[in-house]
Amino acid sequence: MYCSSWQFWSSLHKGSSGRCPWLLFPFFTLWLFAPPPSQLSRCDWLCVMTRSDRVVNCSCDWLKSLDLSRVTAFSPAEDRFNMAASLRCFLRTGKNAVSALQRREFHRSLPAAVQVTVRDALNQAMDEELERDERVFLLGEEVAQYDGAYKVSRGLWKKYGDKRIIDTPITEMGFTGIAVGAAMAGLRPICEFMTFNFSMQAIDQVINSAAKTYYMSAGLQSVPIVFRGPNGASAGVAAQHSQCFAAWYGHCPGLKVVSPWNAEDAKGLLKSAIRDDNPVVFLENELMYGVPFEMSEESQSKDFTIPIGKAKVERQGTHVTMVTHSRYVSHCLDAAAVLAKEGIECEVINLRTIRPLDVDCIETSVMKTNHLVTVEGGWPQFGVGAEICARVMEGPAFNYLDAPATRVTGVDIPMPYAKILEDNSLPQIKDIIFSVKKTLNV
Amino acid sequence: LEKHLISNLSRFVSLSIHLVINFPSLSLQGAALVMSARSYSDFTTQASFEIKKCDIHKLDEAPATEVVMTRDEGLQYYRTMQTMRRMELKADQLYKQKIIRGFCHLYDGQEACAVGIEAAINLTDHLITAYRAHGYTLTRGGTVREIMAELTGRRGGIAKGKGGSMHMYSKNFYGGNGIVGAQVPLGAGVALACKYFGNNELCVSLYGDGAANQGQIFETYNMAALWKLPAIFICENNRYGMGTSVERAAASTDYYKRGDFIPGLRVDGMDILCVREATRFAAEHCRSGKGPILMELQTYRYHGHSMSDPGVSYRTREEIQEVRGKSDPISLLKDRMLSNNMASVEELKEIDVSVRKEIEDAAQFATTDPEPPLEDLCNHIFYNDPPLEVRGTNPWTKLKSVS
Repeated sequence: MYCSSWQFWSSLHKGSSGRCPWLLFPFFTLWLFAPPPSQLSRCDWLCVMTRSDRVVNCSCDWLKSLDLSRVTAFSPAEDRFNMAASLRCFLRTGKNAVSALQRREFHRSLPAAVQVTVRDALNQAMDEELERDERVFLLGEEVAQYDGAYKVSRGLWKKYGDKRIIDTPITEMGFTGIAVGAAMAGLRPICEFMTFNFSMQAIDQVINSAAKTYYMSAGLQSVPIVFRGPNGASAGVAAQHSQCFAAWYGHCPGLKVVSPWNAEDAKGLLKSAIRDDNPVVFLENELMYGVPFEMSEESQSKDFTIPIGKAKVERQGTHVTMVTHSRYVSHCLDAAAVLAKEGIECEVINLRTIRPLDVDCIETSVMKTNHLVTVEGGWPQFGVGAEICARVMEGPAFNYLDAPATRVTGVDIPMPYAKILEDNSLPQIKDIIFSVKKTLNV
Repeated sequence: LEKHLISNLSRFVSLSIHLVINFPSLSLQGAALVMSARSYSDFTTQASFEIKKCDIHKLDEAPATEVVMTRDEGLQYYRTMQTMRRMELKADQLYKQKIIRGFCHLYDGQEACAVGIEAAINLTDHLITAYRAHGYTLTRGGTVREIMAELTGRRGGIAKGKGGSMHMYSKNFYGGNGIVGAQVPLGAGVALACKYFGNNELCVSLYGDGAANQGQIFETYNMAALWKLPAIFICENNRYGMGTSVERAAASTDYYKRGDFIPGLRVDGMDILCVREATRFAAEHCRSGKGPILMELQTYRYHGHSMSDPGVSYRTREEIQEVRGKSDPISLLKDRMLSNNMASVEELKEIDVSVRKEIEDAAQFATTDPEPPLEDLCNHIFYNDPPLEVRGTNPWTKLKSVS
């Protein structure tokens, strides 16, 4: 289970493709004698993984309550392997990190599964779809020569060139309109917003020109376009860069709104979105970009898609249904792990799609567990949780509720900057646990 | 013999009176047939005309000032412009009778723009405009029946009654757009697709003097010039953006110069040959790969901004009458053709009558065609998707949506 220092070193050597490997030696000898990763700050670890020079907003309090030796996904050996691999990637810019991580010699999990970050899954999805269909192209700020503001489109410009990967000036309304027009004329654009906050400048083109056109033309004019980019809160970027737009776009008929959580979601849903003949708003999350997840062999296939409009039960449970999307699926799973020790079995539903909402999945689960808690990062008023509660009330599941449904949401304020304020304006694991216990009246 | 003559004459007169009273069209057609048969060879097949020189911006040469128009072309332009004019006037009538509701932005006075542009491009080229779109829907292949039925919101409408006045679509015609200025980036996007596919097509994006101050238009100019998109941007300057005159809305009313680094032309939009020639010049500029070009068409609308605007609170009736008298596009064309012996008065009158009839038929259809079925309410949300359920006004109403 524990990899020897020789094996560890040789894996690095293989991965660095002969580019002055010996220079790495001093760093890794230090590592080999470094304290076990579980005692390092997880924030630091995440910094390395995300290649971010910002400290990621991990509410590290939850870590303290977790007994890491029991969290099977992150064993010391795997931790060390992952950290080494990501450091390798960090030092060796421009290379596809996935190929490095695909070195499976020391991996303990299922034979054909592989660890892929959400960023790389998105990159793979776009690469495969660009290859598959000549009409697909990507446009947005810094997507080409900069390799993507968050490096999601890394390597694509080098592979496909100026015609298919287009850098735009900082003019959202203009380039979004251009993307929608191109979609009307038969192309299949992927329009990237650096963050969805900037999509507000172009929201007229998304709603009035893209979403409504097929209806207004009574089927004469379709708009096969994908709008994608990071949505919701990041770390320390303050009020104008932290808004969640799931509720805003989820409100409008004519749009499909998708919110992936893990790498498999990201890849499968992005491929479905690109292949869909309708406008799709694809809400990613910046804090999830660098997080690696296991991807099954099936999900590595070039034709792997996840249907839009279907939620997934990530964890089976019997006492309470937790409905969530995007980053908060991780929070819910962690809360569920903690609650399990107290004998409360939570069923965690990963919505995957905001519009159309998979109400059947939610209702089936509520009819089983009799309790509902929704968790999201957006504001409470007129939010995703509010819609879920209303739908449950209108359907058969209402009669099965033993308590009113609870919404766990972001605090109803513009996002503050100071870390302590920011941490306390978003749902934390302890908030979820508290809400579940209140709902169950324990 | 005299008695015979008189009786024959009276018989002839009574017969002709009988014919004229009971079959007026027949006699007229007969007469016209005789007339045209007699004078067909007398008409000039083509003539050259001197047109106003265009003002140019960042261009070395201007469109030609001497142009040739054939008789057939002239008749076709006349017919189309007359159809457009009568269709708009009919829409005015129907709106006042409350058979058309909501928004209705009429195009009469500006016919030379739509017909002139279409004369210089092909149906395989693309076009997009704002809400004053009835004329363009016609030139881009829509029929008068479909357009009028769409205005009255019936199932025979070009958008099955779901779009209305501002949202009419047809092949290579992207509407009909309600948000001022939004159609310009869309048009540049269509031009991007033309360049991407490499099919030598171009896209004409129209907007008004009111929209010309929109930020997204300048964003579009930048990207179109940067990427050398085959886009012709056309500003239809009818002097008033809703109720605001150009002097009160724009710091610079030289709309053809507003593209700055994009070459521009200022064109007399009431003269169809001017418009046609300028558009030909612009199309050649685009197709040769030089990138976008701007055109300002100086034109005028007789009606107000829309049917809810009388159109006289911000301009005088004298001004409207003056333009109607001196620069009406249909009259200009008619005078040109008559003075060059390219058509006869009767022939043009005949076209008028046939156009009137076509419009009457279309209006009849538009008022009698049934409204769309309620089953159609939720259809056309998504394309190529399996049927889905749509919530009605209350939780128990579940409606079906088909692609």
